[in-house]
Amino acid sequence: MRQRAIGEVILAVEDVSLRFGGVRAIADVSFDIRAHEIRAIIGPNGAGKSSMLNVINGFYRPQEGRIVWKGQAHRAMRPYLAASTGIARTFQNIALFKGMTVLDNLMSGRTLKMRRGFFWQALRYGPALEEEIAHRRRVEEIIDFLEIEHIRKVPVGRLPYGLQKRVELGRALAMEPELLLLDEPMAGMNLEEKEDMSRYILEVNEQLGTTIALIEHDMSVVMDLSDRIVVLDHGQLLADGPPEVVSRDPAVIEAYLGVAH
Amino acid sequence: MGGLLHTVLVDPFVQMWTLPDFFVQVLWEGLVSGILYALIALGFVLIFKASAVFNFAQGIMVVFAALSLVGLHRLGVPAFVALGLCVLIMLALAVAVERLVLRPLVNQPDIILFMATIGLTYFLIGLGELVFGGEPKVMITSELLLPTGSYVWETLGGRVILQQIDIAAAVIAAAMVAVLAVVFQRTKIGRALRAVADDHQAALSVGIALETIWVVVWFAAGVVALATGIMWGARSDVSFALQIVALKALPVLVLGGLTSVPGAIMGGLIIGIGEKLGEIYWGGLLGGGIESWLAYLIALAFLLVRPQGLFGERIIERV
Ligand SMILES: Nc1ncnc2c1ncn2[C@@H]1O[C@H](COP(=O)(O)OP(=O)(O)O)[C@@H](O)[C@H]1O
Ligand SMILES: [Mg+2]
Repeated sequence: MRQRAIGEVILAVEDVSLRFGGVRAIADVSFDIRAHEIRAIIGPNGAGKSSMLNVINGFYRPQEGRIVWKGQAHRAMRPYLAASTGIARTFQNIALFKGMTVLDNLMSGRTLKMRRGFFWQALRYGPALEEEIAHRRRVEEIIDFLEIEHIRKVPVGRLPYGLQKRVELGRALAMEPELLLLDEPMAGMNLEEKEDMSRYILEVNEQLGTTIALIEHDMSVVMDLSDRIVVLDHGQLLADGPPEVVSRDPAVIEAYLGVAH
Repeated sequence: MGGLLHTVLVDPFVQMWTLPDFFVQVLWEGLVSGILYALIALGFVLIFKASAVFNFAQGIMVVFAALSLVGLHRLGVPAFVALGLCVLIMLALAVAVERLVLRPLVNQPDIILFMATIGLTYFLIGLGELVFGGEPKVMITSELLLPTGSYVWETLGGRVILQQIDIAAAVIAAAMVAVLAVVFQRTKIGRALRAVADDHQAALSVGIALETIWVVVWFAAGVVALATGIMWGARSDVSFALQIVALKALPVLVLGGLTSVPGAIMGGLIIGIGEKLGEIYWGGLLGGGIESWLAYLIALAFLLVRPQGLFGERIIERV
């Protein structure tokens, strides 16, 4: 229905296991993500979904397995490595710079793209100033896209929850990522806000070609947006496939959909 | 009773009015102490903002830096070379703290990190004594080409004596604060520092290297400590007794807030001046030793009027 050429595998999670003391958060899970697709990760609470994103961007180091990212195999990712090679993310519990304005939050997403030495920045001189202006322009485009012009100068901590989620998406987009990890971007939103957020996610995916890994509980959203779905349960991989197949999988229905209904 | 009220509420002000030159002298001396308090508090604030660590060792870093400087000079190192080496020592300290203390303890509760800085304090005391000896030493003021004379300022029908070293301290402190302000307001590192102060995980996710930021702030705090040590050492002498001065940073932080740079500066000046005025004009009334607790009294009195502190909403929320 949508027209995007799904590409090669861009990221592969291979036999990853992650333990916290006695808790097995992820148990020997493998799956892959292809370029330009929207890959949903679903499962009941505590299934290990957020842990999986944390493994992919290097917050957690799995005890076993490896991550193959753009052809490079890593025992574990590192947050800096992930960010500098094109992985951006949002958090289940919003993690914004609350004291800074919306604009500054988005500008922080440009950190790794800024090249000029800090001496020149301090002097606000020549090329450093031009560079700052170029980054500002890019950030303003994102602000337009997300329809948050009216709150550009507002400290993020004062915004309502739904708008904070949107700003967090904006900061991730400011990084111009190849792979965008979204941890429950619509949790706690009303219907209208969810529709807006779905639209942004789709547009980013279609217009920029950004690959997206999406954790989401709302099944109608997942069915609408995703190309393929990974289902986790108690840290284990329960199913993996396109929405219409996964939604008919008896194990999935029992473990997850059954519970929800 | 009326007599007491008179000595508390009237006499001091009459004295200020009748001897204005002396009053200016007291203000100036309070201001200079205040600048040094402000610098110590600034070191605390920098580190607290970036790592939520309440650095108990900030005071001892002042002593350690000053001791290293004098100690190196005694070993025959020329003064400015010793100064350069001390800057490198503070850099090495910053790197070591990041590697050996912060990195292994990341994600531990704040109290654990606080305890670790207490450990660091005793480590620095031990190391300083071991290498350079613990006996009081004289700061190498003139070797560093800092002025030692004094100006006499004829004013208000009298004279105010300004020590040149105090003027130098004020100028150097102002320059240092200006440089820090520009760096932290305008540069990528400054924005990154503010980001880290707000949310570690989010900062990591946009590619800010936490380790670098920690080294930067500990180094900045170390350089501030070195400057404070030189100025303070020039006014008394260099010994571990200096660390008591660092305790003065606490009321400054109560006043200015743990995360506010302007708060540290204004707080330092208010405490410095307030303390000196109290000591001179009300000290006789309250007996000796007033200096050791007056700063806290000033901070508390201020908080009664302005509970949120000088500049901010958050005061000590994170300790
Ligand atoms: N930092 C952590 N420390 C200890 N246990 C954790 C940590 N993060 C996740 N877990 C545990 O791992 C399991 C999976 O959690 P999580 O990945 O957050 O699940 P989900 O996002 O699917 O709800 C849970 O049992 C959780 O308690
Ligand atoms: Mg989760």
